[in-house]
Parts: sequence; C-alpha cells; structure tokens
Amino acid sequence: MLSPATPKIALSGVTKRFGPKKVLNGIDLQVGKGESLVVIGGSGTGKSVMLKCILGLLQPDSGSIRVDGQETTALRPREREKMLHKFGMLFQGAALFDSLTVWENVAFGLMQGEHMPRAQAKEIAIAKLGAVGLTPDVGELSPSELSGGMQKRVGLARAIADEPEIIFFDEPTTGLDPIMADVINELIVQCVKDLGATAVTITHDMASARKIADRIAMIYQGQIIWTGHASDIDQSGNPYVDQFVHGRAEGPIKMQIRAL
Amino acid sequence: MGFLAATGRAFLVFLEATGRLALFTGSAVSHCVRPPFYPRQILRQMIDIGYYSLPVVGLTALFTGMVLALQSYSGFSRFQAEGAIATVVVLSITRELGPVLAGLMVAGRIGAAMAAEIGTMRVTEQIDALSTLSTNPMKYLVAPRLLAGLTMLPLLVVVADIIGVFGGFLVGVYRLDFNASSYISRTWEFLQPLDVISGLVKAAVFGFLIALMGCYHGYHSKGGAQGVGAATTNAVVSASIMILVWNYLITGMFFSTK
Ligand SMILES: Nc1ncnc2c1ncn2[C@@H]1O[C@H](COP(=O)(O)OP(=O)(O)OP(=O)(O)O)[C@@H](O)[C@H]1O
Ligand SMILES: [Mg+2]
Repeated sequence: MLSPATPKIALSGVTKRFGPKKVLNGIDLQVGKGESLVVIGGSGTGKSVMLKCILGLLQPDSGSIRVDGQETTALRPREREKMLHKFGMLFQGAALFDSLTVWENVAFGLMQGEHMPRAQAKEIAIAKLGAVGLTPDVGELSPSELSGGMQKRVGLARAIADEPEIIFFDEPTTGLDPIMADVINELIVQCVKDLGATAVTITHDMASARKIADRIAMIYQGQIIWTGHASDIDQSGNPYVDQFVHGRAEGPIKMQIRAL
Repeated sequence: MGFLAATGRAFLVFLEATGRLALFTGSAVSHCVRPPFYPRQILRQMIDIGYYSLPVVGLTALFTGMVLALQSYSGFSRFQAEGAIATVVVLSITRELGPVLAGLMVAGRIGAAMAAEIGTMRVTEQIDALSTLSTNPMKYLVAPRLLAGLTMLPLLVVVADIIGVFGGFLVGVYRLDFNASSYISRTWEFLQPLDVISGLVKAAVFGFLIALMGCYHGYHSKGGAQGVGAATTNAVVSASIMILVWNYLITGMFFSTK
C-alpha cells in the first residue's frame, strides 16, 4: 500500500546521454501528491528531456524513476500505457495533431482513452477551450490556422481535458502576452487546487514561477542543484539560483558565447 | 585492416537495421489483430489508398494493356502467331504487370505520403503526444495503414486487370482489326484462376510492404524537414525494391517448374 509519505514522483540518479553528450547527470527529485513543482534552469540544460524520461518517451540510461512508488523504467508496454493514463502533458511545441480540428485535439483523450461519445466530448472540449480564453468557433479551425500562443493554449486545454492526476507543463506561458500569461497561471493553480492534481511546470518566467509554485527546483548541468519553497527563492543562498532569478549575465553560470 | 573494419561496421549497421525492421513489423502486426481498433482511421486510409489511387492505377493499366497488344503484334507476326495476342495480354497483365505496376505507382503515391505524414508527426512530437493521451501510436497510426494497404491493393489490382485487358482489346479490335468476339473468347480460353489469384496475392503482399515501409521510415525519422525528406525517399525506394524482390519470390512459389 501507499503510505501518505510516498512521493507521487521520485527520481534518483537518473542519467541520460545523447551520443557523447551527457544531458542528465544524476537527477534526484521528488514531487509530493497534490504539489506544484516548478523547474527552472537555463536553455538546453535538459528540462524537457527530464519530463520525457518520466513519461517513458525517452529511456534513461540509468537511475530509478518511481510514480506512486512503482518503478517505471522497466515497465512493459501494456503497463506503461496504463501508467500514462495518469498523465497529461503540454509539450513545449504544443504538438497538436494537425489532421484533426482544434476541438477534436482537445477531446482526443476523452474520446480515445475514455471512449466518451463525440457530442459529449465536444461539449467538454469547448468548455476547456473557454477556460484558456478561446471561443467555441476556434474549435472548428485546424491547428495550423492558429497563432503560436493560441496553439499553446489549445495544447494546455488538451493536457487538462481528461483531468489527469499528474500534469506536466513545458513552458506554458512562453509566447503569451502578460495578461494571458497570468490567466494561464491562474488556470494551473486552479488545476492543482480544484482537481488535486500534481503538477510539474517548466518555465523561464519568474513571475509565473512565483505564482504557480509550491516548490521550486533548479537544474544546472544535468543535476538538481537547489530545491526549496517558492517563498525562499530570494533567500536561496545559492549564487547560481540568484543569478538565474535576477537574470544577470555575470555570475557563476557562464554562457558559452564569444564576443562579436 | 581498415577495409575489414569498414566492412564489419557496415555489416553491423545492416544487421541492426534488419533487426529493428523485424521488431517493428512484429509489433505492428500484433497491433493489427489486438483491440482496440480505430475504424475511422482504417476507413480514412482505405479511401486514401483505394479510391484516390484509382486514376493513376487505371491509366497505367490502360496504356500497359494497349502497348502490350501493339508490341506482341509486331513481334508475333514475324512467326504468324498473331492469334496469341489476347492470351499474352491477359496473362501478362494478371500475373505480372497488373500487380507490379500498380504496386510501384502506389508506392510512389502512398508510401511517400505515409512517410511524410508520420515523419512530420514524429519530429513535431505528435507521436509522443499520442502516447500521453492513452493512445498507442502503433495501433492508431501504423495498424490502420497496414490493414488498408493489405486489403485495398488487391481491389486496385482487380480494377487494373480489367482495365489493362480492356486496353489490349481496344488496340486489338480497333487498330489491329481483330474480330471482337474472337478476341474476347481468346482472352478467356487459356486464363486459369491461379493466374488471377497469384496476382492478387502479390498485390496484398505489395500493399502490406508499401504501408510497412512508409510507416517504418516515417516512424524512425529524425531531425526536422531534412529528416522527413530522407524518410520519404527511403520509403519509396525500399518499397519499390521490396516489391520487385517479392514479386520474384511469389512467382517462384506459385509457378515453380518442378
Ligand atoms: N532527441 C534528442 N537527440 C539528441 N539530443 C537531444 C535530443 N533531445 C534533446 N537533446 C539535447 O539535450 C539537451 C537538453 O534538451 P532539452 O530539450 O531538455 O532542453 P531544455 O532544458 O528543455 O531547454 P529549453 O529551456 O530551451 O527548452 C539539448 O542540448 C539538446 O541538444
Ligand atoms: Mg525544453
């Protein structure tokens, strides 16, 4: 049985390399049930790769990943399918199905996963689109007819449509105007509060991180170098975190650039 | 030494690719027969392969039948065997040219489209997204295409057979001045069920191979537009070569001389 203390997701010593390039270098991270964790870190440090390893879309080279106490790295396809049922994911590039209309995208999990009748699924899809600030007539369009920010919001509506237990948001507010970004922040908070979902959000937007996060983790060179309460982010005492939070070019994190 | 190492490396790469294709095929076939099924997807693919390939396949068959009649006339008249033209046309079309030419045309049309569509879905993470929405991409994307290829190509070849024979008839009667009814009776005279059946078996195998190559190369494409382009080319080339190889093997199985 699960004790209340069992973390919803627990990673330990997860490594992943692409050819000679080490991307994840021993990730240790825990996310509690109903918690909202925000992961921050520089571009290209492996945040998206980490989420894909948890989902099993990428196979980690070593280490352990547990979801509800169950080891997922060696699951058989059937069991993995069952486990993925708990998850919803907003992809960084939205990853909408371009052969389907917008509402069919949002309703996809409901119709395929839960075998809901089309009419009923469409109603829910339209409601979810409303929650991300899109009108019902957008539902009839094809994803290629939408702006980047609109695609992102449709991806978000799709990720939350079948009310999963665990939701991953990969940069939910990138490409949105500040007002819409705040609407989306509210929506994520609401998902965690109302649905009791466990959320992991990747973002570069510190305002958004402060609003969404119960806890914040910082990833650097393939490792989690700091985790702590969202309220402690300004007193982390960690020079790497400080530099990132304040967005300074000078500090311990060196960008690999050369002057023109 | 360097030469040996290079040969060994190439051989290993070949083995790995073969193994990967075998695994992919096994998994794809097992998803074809295990529920859930996606009737909407299957229907969409059937229409794409069967219906929209009709013009291309029909035109190919028509002109092939016509040219067959013309060629065999100019050849056979040298030894007064013009009477065999109807038989030559119907046997060549049903046993060889119908399935092979239809297969090659469909490989260009459908194999390329499948590789491009699935490849784009791969590089834009749509295939990953399918998995997170409780849908197995092998079942949703690959199985319907394989089933549609397997079932629709034989139907296309039936049409190609009829049109091809008709093309031969047109040339025979209107250009070479054969008597229409005797041309038709000549067509039926030596035709055996096995001639048609072997052609349809070939068609089913070709349809499966075309869809398999399209899906396999699309599914494993990587790296943006260039990767999808390479996948498309590979799908068409490998499907075409496989069609020619399997055509020989199946012919050998049906009509071995011993
Ligand atoms: N499929 C892949 N094949 C090879 N390399 C990859 C692959 N996916 C990611 N990488 C590499 O892994 C590194 C981390 O990628 P990742 O997408 O996780 O970055 P990220 O932290 O999400 O960055 P960003 O904030 O810009 O989205 C990158 O350097 C990238 O080149
Ligand atoms: Mg990323």
